Amino acid sequence: MTAKTLFDKIWDSHVIEQVKGGPDVLYIDKHLIHEVTSPVAFLGLEKRGLKVFRPENTIATPDHNVPTIDQHLTIQEELSRHQVEMLTRNCEKHGIQLCGLNHPWHGIVHVIGPELGITQPGMTIVCGDSHTSTHGAFGAVAFGIGTSEVEMVLASQCILQPKPKRMRITVNGQLKEGVTAKDIALYIISRISTSGGTGHFVEFAGSAIRSLTMEGRMTVCNMSIECGARGGLIAPDETTFAYVKGREYAPKGADWDKALAYWKTLHSDEEAVFDTEYHFDAADIEPMITYGTNPGMGTGVTSSIPTSDGLSGSDKFTFEKSLAYMGYSPGDKLLGKPVDYVFVGSCTNGRIEDLRAFAQFIKGKQKAPSVTAWIVPGSKQVEKAAREEGLVEILEEAGFKLRQPGCSACLAMNDDKIPEGKYAISTSNRNFEGRQGPGARTLLASPLTAAAAAVTGVISDPREFAGF
Amino acid sequence: MSYDKFSILISPAVPLPIENVDTDQIIPARFLKAVERKGFGDNLFRDWRYDRNDQPKSDFVLNNPLYAGKILVGGKNFGSGSSREHAAWAIYDYGFRVVVSSFFADIFKNNALNNGLLPVVVSPDFLQKIFDTIEKDPTAAFKVDLQAQTFTIVATGESAAFEINPYKKHCLLNGLDDIDYLVSLKEKIARFENQRL
Ligand code: SF4
Repeated sequence: MTAKTLFDKIWDSHVIEQVKGGPDVLYIDKHLIHEVTSPVAFLGLEKRGLKVFRPENTIATPDHNVPTIDQHLTIQEELSRHQVEMLTRNCEKHGIQLCGLNHPWHGIVHVIGPELGITQPGMTIVCGDSHTSTHGAFGAVAFGIGTSEVEMVLASQCILQPKPKRMRITVNGQLKEGVTAKDIALYIISRISTSGGTGHFVEFAGSAIRSLTMEGRMTVCNMSIECGARGGLIAPDETTFAYVKGREYAPKGADWDKALAYWKTLHSDEEAVFDTEYHFDAADIEPMITYGTNPGMGTGVTSSIPTSDGLSGSDKFTFEKSLAYMGYSPGDKLLGKPVDYVFVGSCTNGRIEDLRAFAQFIKGKQKAPSVTAWIVPGSKQVEKAAREEGLVEILEEAGFKLRQPGCSACLAMNDDKIPEGKYAISTSNRNFEGRQGPGARTLLASPLTAAAAAVTGVISDPREFAGF
Repeated sequence: MSYDKFSILISPAVPLPIENVDTDQIIPARFLKAVERKGFGDNLFRDWRYDRNDQPKSDFVLNNPLYAGKILVGGKNFGSGSSREHAAWAIYDYGFRVVVSSFFADIFKNNALNNGLLPVVVSPDFLQKIFDTIEKDPTAAFKVDLQAQTFTIVATGESAAFEINPYKKHCLLNGLDDIDYLVSLKEKIARFENQRL
């Protein structure tokens, strides 16, 4: 038998057939849906007179549009309310499990999947959302799809998909203090660019990756899409199994033993060949921050913005356009630049460990008066844990407030919009023009770097503070 | 989704020589609230096209009467970012049938193909040639021949071959989508499920 990568093992075992000269028909184990990318798919299905083929394999949550305060009231904004109502109606009609607003399992789709044990090693998982790559942290083949493909999955539990190439990114060594999973992700993207992974599925490997918790691994896989990759995954190990065990949807009893035996086979064979390989040293990574309008425009927080020397043509034009949007000049030092907003949340960094890291950092300090902060848990369960652990008190003593779960300022479809021209340090994943509101200027960073800015009001190095 | 069949298109092109045009620019998130696939073309490139008072920005190419046509030519890594299919819908709804670049983001490419919008990948040099041609003559015509898989600058006859998956080519030429095909596999899918139990 030829040696296989982890990705090949999972993908190949889900191929139902190969279309002649075309893509694979890939069977999908779990399908996650939310209110924004599903309504047109349901409409398409109904126009064809089709039913959902396997309703038990789809799970739904409204996250993109929902307000993050007063969730017990009806959603004020009419179009958002309508989308959320459509999701409810479509789920009722087709027998799909819905974790609706105020449900104890409600939250961002990529936070609740793992949290409920829906996400398991060896699965194929899709969702009409590019950050579906998050679930790859469990050793699953998980990727974002478009609405036509959502309709395919609803209609047949399969999609047509060309098989991506294989890439491995190995990060060995020990992370320095104050350097987190988010910094690894931003570092990799800054090195290989936002299109470096295009056409590939990435396996993350190496001792620095292994040493991460499941939540840290999710952060890394979440951001894999930002280097253009179709998705990212990490071979499951004891850390993975311990995380999954006992969760709502996790296999129990004899099923668990059977599943575990299978999961233990899920790793790339020693001889397996990757189309592309990268190696990085964890010791080279600093707390990272972005200064431009794509996630590849990032650098160590103590560095300066690069100059356009050596760039020409459309590269130069694009670089200058980006800095002009940000209101920055080439060569500027990043430390000390003002920050108006702090957003901690999203499917990248809205889990309990992120809130813990933020709370520990700001404990005993005060929010800078010039800063507006939105601390948004990724799910109801994260919110509950934050309360039970006393994080809410720590936040409130320092002048912060915990909001309610949703995507919030990650994409600003609800009211949480950064005003035009303002600078926001954000733990989310995209710093595109207008992503956090028309004219908003986004600086991507880890919860720690966000915390440092939250108490100083300027871009700061989290390692400069006591405790580091 | 049903869309028009595609075979040969001859049209001038609209140039957008910017790299990494992400789907948040193509259609900002706040316009994703519709529950039907209608009217997205109005908000195509919304924040590049209109100012905060909804007045057209004269320096953006879609507001420049010199440029028109059914072909959009973008810089490399076109369509990166969010998986929103609304980006492909908006481009199609606006009236484009072809997007040309030296490089497309994966999800965008799939979404375009699933909606009758043909993504044409050409070399960086040829892309530059297209931009240069439009700069010299905004009305310059280009010919896209899907059957032959060629993109031609009509005035000079210079031509570039492009790749397309044969299955997707068949779908575009015939205006077919994938759902009927997948639904026809149901028995096979059910057998697959049973074997795995
Ligand atoms: S938090 Fe942001 S990236 Fe994650 S699913 Fe929501 S909108 Fe997408």
